[in-house]
Parts: sequence; C-alpha cells; structure tokens
Amino acid sequence: MSEAIVELKGAVKEYVNGSLRVTAMRGIDLRIDRGEYAVIMGSSGSGKSTCLNILGCLDRLSTGTYLLGGDDVSNLTDDQLSEIRSKRLGFIFQSYNLIPQLNVLENIEVPLFYQGVPESEARKTAQQLAKRMGLSARLKHKPMELSGGQQQRVAIARSLVCDPILMLADEPTGNLDSKTGYEILELIDELHAEGKTIVMVTHDDDIAHRAQRVVTFRDGDIISNDWKGAPKV
Amino acid sequence: MSSMRPERMVKLAVKNLGQYKLRAGLTMLGIIFGVSSVVAMLSVGEGANQEIQEKIQRMGSQNILIKSVKVMNDEDSGANRNFIASYGLTYDDAADMARFVPNLESSTPIKRLSYNVQFKARRLQTDVVATVPWFLRVQNYRMVRGRFLTSADMDFGTPVCVIGTRLARTLFAGFDPIGQTLTIDRDAYTVVGIIGDIAQSELPPQNELWLEGENQTVYIPLRTYIQKRGDFFTQWSEGGGTFEKIELYELILSIDEQENVVRAVDAVRRVLQKNHKKEDYSIVVPLELIRQARETRRLFNIVLGAIAAISLIVGGIGIMNIMLATVSERTREIGIRRALGARRTDIVLQFLMETLILSISGGVIGLGVGALIPWVITKATDVQTVRTFSAFAVAFTVSVTVSVVFGIYPARRAAMMDPIDALRHE
Ligand SMILES: Nc1ncnc2c1ncn2[C@@H]1O[C@H](COP(=O)(O)OP(=O)(O)OP(=O)(O)O)[C@@H](O)[C@H]1O
Ligand SMILES: [Mg+2]
Repeated sequence: MSEAIVELKGAVKEYVNGSLRVTAMRGIDLRIDRGEYAVIMGSSGSGKSTCLNILGCLDRLSTGTYLLGGDDVSNLTDDQLSEIRSKRLGFIFQSYNLIPQLNVLENIEVPLFYQGVPESEARKTAQQLAKRMGLSARLKHKPMELSGGQQQRVAIARSLVCDPILMLADEPTGNLDSKTGYEILELIDELHAEGKTIVMVTHDDDIAHRAQRVVTFRDGDIISNDWKGAPKV
Repeated sequence: MSSMRPERMVKLAVKNLGQYKLRAGLTMLGIIFGVSSVVAMLSVGEGANQEIQEKIQRMGSQNILIKSVKVMNDEDSGANRNFIASYGLTYDDAADMARFVPNLESSTPIKRLSYNVQFKARRLQTDVVATVPWFLRVQNYRMVRGRFLTSADMDFGTPVCVIGTRLARTLFAGFDPIGQTLTIDRDAYTVVGIIGDIAQSELPPQNELWLEGENQTVYIPLRTYIQKRGDFFTQWSEGGGTFEKIELYELILSIDEQENVVRAVDAVRRVLQKNHKKEDYSIVVPLELIRQARETRRLFNIVLGAIAAISLIVGGIGIMNIMLATVSERTREIGIRRALGARRTDIVLQFLMETLILSISGGVIGLGVGALIPWVITKATDVQTVRTFSAFAVAFTVSVTVSVVFGIYPARRAAMMDPIDALRHE
C-alpha cells in the first residue's frame, strides 16, 4: 500500500465573525498519496482555498484531524506549524507572492533563511534551482523587473528549495496568458514526474486533465473524487 | 529552533530600510534632533553648574565670611548730614571669635576701601585691601611675581603694596611695576609683588600672565594702613561729607574641617548677637551656598531631564508611527514570510531590528551633532559648556530604549496578523 501524504478525517472548518457563522468545510475525508498529482475544482466559494490553507498548515481545522506525512498536525502550536511550513511544504500562489525588495536569489532563499541554513549553502541551492527554472540570467533582478511567467518560476523555485513532501498551488496560472500558463503547467508536470506530491486548485477543466485525481467541491463538501490513473500528457 | 544569525538579520533589516530611504532618513532625523538636543542641554547645564560650583569653591568651603553692613541710625537720619556713622565689625569681635569659635584655624581681618591710586601721571580709582599675610593662602590667590605681604610688614607697618595683574597691565603699562612707587591717596607705597586671580592648576609662562587675570586690587599691610589712617574714613559729597568709623570691613574665618563649619557658624552668630545691638553685619557661608547650588542643580537637572525625555519620546512616537505605516504597507510581505516558515518571533525580531538600526544609526549621528552643538555655543557665545560622558551615554541609551519600546507594538502587530489575511492583503 502506498504512503499517505495527506489524510483529512471529518475535517470541518467554520469561520465565526461575530454572530455570523460560515461553514467552509463540512466534514471532509480526503487522502492523497505520495507522488500523486491532485487537482481541486469547484465553483467559487465552495471551499477550495480553505482546504488548501488547511493542507498548507496556514490554518487549523475547527474539528477533525489532519495527518501530514503520517503526523497529526491538527493540534500543533503556531511555532510548530511555522516549522512544518518551512521544512515540509511548498507554496505556489496565483499572484506569485514574491518579496518586492529582494532579488531572485534572495527570494528563493527565504524558506532556508527561516530554517537557519548557512548563507553559502542556501545560495548554492538557490542558484541551482534558479538555473533549472531558466532564470540564470535574472539572478540579481527584482520581481518588478520580471514577467509574470518568470515571477512564477521564481515562486516555484522557492517552493522547491526545502525539498517539500507536499506542494500546494492555488490557481498558479490564473494571472498568466495561456502560453505562459502552459509552460508553468509543463514545469509542474515535470516535478510530478520526478515524484513530487502536488495539490493544485484550478477552475480550468483542461488543466484538470493533467492530474491523476480530480476532487470536486461544492458548498464545503466533496461531491466527487475521481482517480484517473496515469495522466495523459 | 530557528538559528537566524544576527548578522543576517542586520543585513535583511538594512535591505528593508533601503526601500524607504526618505522615510527612514526622516525618522532618523527625529532621533538625531532628540539625541543631539539632549546632549546639548546636558552640556549647557553641566557648564552652568561647574561655573557656579567654581565660584563658590573659590570662596572656600571651610571659610565663613563676615561683612560689615551699613545700617542707618534712626536718630542720625535727621537733617544733619555731617555725622560719624559707626558700624560693623570691631576688633573686639575678632578677638571674641578667636576665643569662642571652635575649630578656628585662622581669622583674616580685612579693610576694603575705594581710593584714587596714582603711578606717575596715571590715576584711577580702585579697591584697596588692607589685610594680613595669610590672606593669600585663605583666598587661594597666586603670586605672579615678587612677594606678598609678610609678618615683618605687619610688625613694622612698612609702606609696601602688592598689586593685581590687571592693575599691573593698565596702570603700569610699559613699566616693570616691582620697585615702583604707587601713591594711594597721597601716601606712597612701594610695589613688592604682583598677584593673580585664583590659583590656576597650571601656571602659564610669565609673559602670558600679564595678559590674564582681572585682579585690579591693591593689597597693603593692615598695620600700615591703621597707622596712617586709623579707623575713620571720610568721604566728601556735595553739601557735606560722611565720616564713617569701621574697624573691620570683612573677617574671614577658616575652620579646620568642613564638617565643623556648621557648629562654628552657630558660635559666630552667638558672638555677633551678643556684641551688636543692630544687625550691621552679614554672614556668608560658602558651604551653605554649595549646598544650595547642589539643590538648584538637582532641580535644574530634573527640568532638563523632563525636556530631554519629552524630545526623546517624541522621537519614539515618530518611530512608532513610521513602523506602523511600514508594517501595514508590508502586510503582504509578512503573510508571505509566515507562509514560508517565519515564526511570530522571527517577524517581531525583523521589525525590531529595523527599529534598532534606525535608532542606533540616528543615535550615533545625534551624538556627533550633539558633540558639535556645545562647541558652537561656546564659540559663538560666552556660555560655558561641559561635555560629559554620562550626557552622551544617557542620551544614546534612552533614545535606543525608547525606540525599541515604541517599536515593540508595531512589530507585535505585524507578528500577530493572520497569515491568510495578510496574504490576501492588497
Ligand atoms: N476568513 C473568512 N471569514 C469568513 N468566511 C470566510 C473566510 N474565508 C473564507 N470564507 C468563506 O468560506 C467559503 C469558502 O471560501 P474559499 O475561499 O475557500 O472559496 P474558494 O472555493 O476558494 O472560492 P474561489 O474559487 O472564489 O477562490 C466562502 O463562503 C467564503 O465566503
Ligand atoms: Mg480560492
């Protein structure tokens, strides 16, 4: 049996704003194994981002348990969650989320900075990843001086820098034109081929075709969870 | 866990501040003004203190000064303007002091009168002090040339005088005063010495001393004066004259130890109250003046301290303001950093480090400017300033402390933000 990277059991997420209660996840069970490429789909407001934030340890469940790589992370402290984010998770955002005053290399190094990896070592890792993402000519450039596609490559390099067990992407091509988006998706496919576990939120059916599993949300529930086997590339 | 090394945090903070050069500069300017004004104020304050202290110290902390004071007699103040006013300290007072004042080391009688003095054709009016040889030691004056009055002068009533440096410079310009004859109201005296002001720690070369010192007094032996003039002093004015009989104008009592001064003063009061019906004398106790000066200084320091504290707090509020603005502008960065593994502590430290760098660099520049201001003040005006290490230390430490204290709130606010909200922030 393959190893579970993500295991949600009876996962409930409620937002309480004064007297207003919004239930964004209504007791979800979800399992994603090592090396899987899963896509989360669903209409707006169905709870996709909420779920991704939970998986990314940016937020905690109201009830239920979340096992990440076999460890229960439902009741960890804020500092422990921070450590998990820096060592075991990689994030790719729709709007890249690079730090504007840092150059390409420095942006890639940020997670290593918080892990306390020595500067020279971090620099080496960052350079390798930048090269791999085809950014070698842009190492000292600030994000503002890069195209959207280049910025997203920096973000992907940054997400890989700690060799995460789980990569999370929330509409990574949402801000890109279709050609650049396609290049990014190719990159993600490549990572998957190397054995990375990837969970990606998207609205796009075409993108979903690349994944092995398509999980569809509606109103905080999973209405379908299709295993499609090997991706058709 | 996180082993972010300080030098990397400093690097990061400098880089972050580089984004807001103008803003960081303005904030630093606030700190610079705060710190430098504190240093300047403390330096001016310290200068004033030392000036007062020196003045009082000159009178001697072991001395008690008693002066004669002119008091109008009720029956004398009629239409008749020709009368003999007799008042002030007497030789009997001096004898009683010697007998009743405990721990008395020396008693220095002084007559101080204003006379026309003349050298060749030059003439001017100045103070003539008739006194005893130990006056020099009690007053802590320094001889520049020649000798002071001696006990032989007292025994024989020799007509010699010692002149102040200023008088030597003005009245005797172009002459060597030693051995010259100075006429004091028709009486001839031979100049035997030149006396400076308060003893300076270093005695400058002879030549230069001629240029320094404001002492314009003539000192003569008390014995000589009494033999020539007695105790009456006549002063003519329009429509008549006054005849005054004053035995002693001043009496300086030196007590052996400072702690005995208070007891001695009590004895002095008792003697004078017994001997005098009217209060035709005044008692000055430098030690009390020193105490008062210390008290004044304490008050002065409190006021200065309060002003300084306000200016530093204003600087602190400036920092807080800037950091709040910076934090809210960088909300998204905070979210990103948190998502990438920064703990709350890391965020707090990041912003505190930026505050610290602003305040330390502002503080250092402030110290530099603060060192210059007192110098400029002393150059431009006559105000004495004294730069003390403690002024610099206080200004710097307080400013950095205030900055950090005011920086904590914005930094904590940054750290407490929810990473998801922060990431969503535009
Ligand atoms: N912080 C919050 N406070 C209150 N309600 C929230 C909060 N965050 C999300 N929600 C609610 O939870 C529900 C799910 O939101 P979520 O962002 O997960 O939707 P989504 O599927 O990502 O939508 P979209 O496709 O538009 O990004 C929505 O009804 C939303 O209004
Ligand atoms: Mg969403």
